[in-house]
Amino acid sequence: MGPFAAVFALVFLAPIAYSIYLSLFRDQLIGGTTFVGLDNYTQAFQDDKFWASVGRVSLFLVVQVPIMLGIALLVALALDSGRLYGRDFFRISIFLPYAVPAVVATLMWGFMYGTRFGLLGDVNDAFGVSLPDPLSPDLVLASIGNIVTWEFVGYNMLIFYSALRVIPHSLYEAAEIDGAGQFRVIAAIKLPAIRGALVIATIFSIIGSFQLFNEPSILRNLARNAITTSYTPNYYTYSLSFSGQQHNYSATVAIIMGLITMVIAYVVQLRGMRKGA
Amino acid sequence: MSHVTTASPAAPRHATGTAPRLRTPRRAHTPGRPRRSVLLTVLTGLVLLYTLVPLLWLVISATKTQEGLAGSFGLWFDGDFALWDNIRQTFTYDDGVFTRWLLNTLLYVAVGAGGATFLAVLGGYALAKFTFPGKRAVFAVVIGAVAVPGTALAVPTFLMFSEMGLTNTPWAVIVPSLISPFGLYLMWVFASEAVPTELMEAARMDGAGEVRTFFQVALPLLAPGIVTVLLFTMVATWNNYFLPLIMLKDPDWYPLTLGLNSWNAQAQTAGGEVVFNLVITGSLITILPLIAAFLLLQKYWQSGLAAGSVKE
Repeated sequence: MGPFAAVFALVFLAPIAYSIYLSLFRDQLIGGTTFVGLDNYTQAFQDDKFWASVGRVSLFLVVQVPIMLGIALLVALALDSGRLYGRDFFRISIFLPYAVPAVVATLMWGFMYGTRFGLLGDVNDAFGVSLPDPLSPDLVLASIGNIVTWEFVGYNMLIFYSALRVIPHSLYEAAEIDGAGQFRVIAAIKLPAIRGALVIATIFSIIGSFQLFNEPSILRNLARNAITTSYTPNYYTYSLSFSGQQHNYSATVAIIMGLITMVIAYVVQLRGMRKGA
Repeated sequence: MSHVTTASPAAPRHATGTAPRLRTPRRAHTPGRPRRSVLLTVLTGLVLLYTLVPLLWLVISATKTQEGLAGSFGLWFDGDFALWDNIRQTFTYDDGVFTRWLLNTLLYVAVGAGGATFLAVLGGYALAKFTFPGKRAVFAVVIGAVAVPGTALAVPTFLMFSEMGLTNTPWAVIVPSLISPFGLYLMWVFASEAVPTELMEAARMDGAGEVRTFFQVALPLLAPGIVTVLLFTMVATWNNYFLPLIMLKDPDWYPLTLGLNSWNAQAQTAGGEVVFNLVITGSLITILPLIAAFLLLQKYWQSGLAAGSVKE
């Protein structure tokens, strides 16, 4: 435990403490670094760019996460039902995108999204249609959602499937004696039994949504107008630190975002677990 | 979920076989196994298409020249088969910088993921099998850390490392990768179930020290869990983008992910050479090792994951 604790302190606790320290100061051209108390926090709460980015990831969260987890759950139930041909092939193939780096996934989808040279352009030419541009400002968030869904649907499916496999068969036998149908078994036995896995997957997906960075930042090369440098909270902190040199304010935004994420994850966990008891 | 905590790690692996658990009860009512459904297979097949078509596109596109990419249909081969030429160009372009990036990635994965797994195994084993003061507090902090957004930590970590003069060195990428709260959690669950305390006591009675007990008794039993944690930390470090992006300025230290993106971004800059065929071929080369690892080690990581999900 000793070595783990030491490294853990260096890479987790120290940066947290350091960013709290940073968030209380401000670096100004005149007068240098001064202690400003909670001024940075007040500034963040009145920052439209920050709240716009929070709103964007919240929208992403309430649309993309249910779709992704819904598909993952349906596939896991289908695999578990034993009614599929080639089950093992399905399981491993649907999981594969998880092994693809976000960078590669985004580059790949970015190429395919292209209306002129990409796959979408080919489809437009082949059928003589003109599909809307997925990289336009209106649709780019949905396009990012598609990339994220593609990357993680198999991973979540596997978590659900693993949880389904360890349900004791005596429960199914009892259900069969009682004459319960497939859907009744799913509602009354399978779903309650994997509640823990569902809650964990939801929490990880929430954290993932709030941290959204890789996909928009890479896609920005293709869609400069649609994606701003404050597109997501994480992108905003990154831009503040590296283009704006506003380290103190950047640390403040990171802390606020971390707190929001933890509170929401905690609420989901409490609600999810209480229903189970 | 107390009824499943007794499942040994070997049991889920067994259950992933050819559904022996379904056969016995069903035979009493219906002859044979549950009827396979064409409709359900087709519906699941749609999801399969969704996951595989982009990968198919990548493989096909890797065989095309720069002109072929723009001029031919995305999901079918172009006239000239340029895969070998693309691979050769990928490795030789810009004085073979791709090889350099590949070696960097291997270094970060070997030290970062290897170290993270080592620490997670030690920590998980200690949490599962020993009592010490403050154990509950340690556990609470670690589980809390799982919920802390990893990338939210990255910017403060960068600021701290830059004070320490560590940025733009391999250490800046390796040190933060060494901690995997999820890996620790998985090992903790796995160790508390896979290593019977009686066995450890027996080993101690025979005069084995703690170190020997760990290596000769516990370690072999932990193998599926170790493979699982190793694979997932490998994916995390191999695919890492944000951390190296902020830590590294010098392209000589780039991992593959950053390098590929810089090749791609090159097309946007004035006077930059457009090398999309190399971006695509490079992407394919980047994902192959991980896909191979997952396919070859299926048996191990799936049982490890199943055991981990039991306790949740």
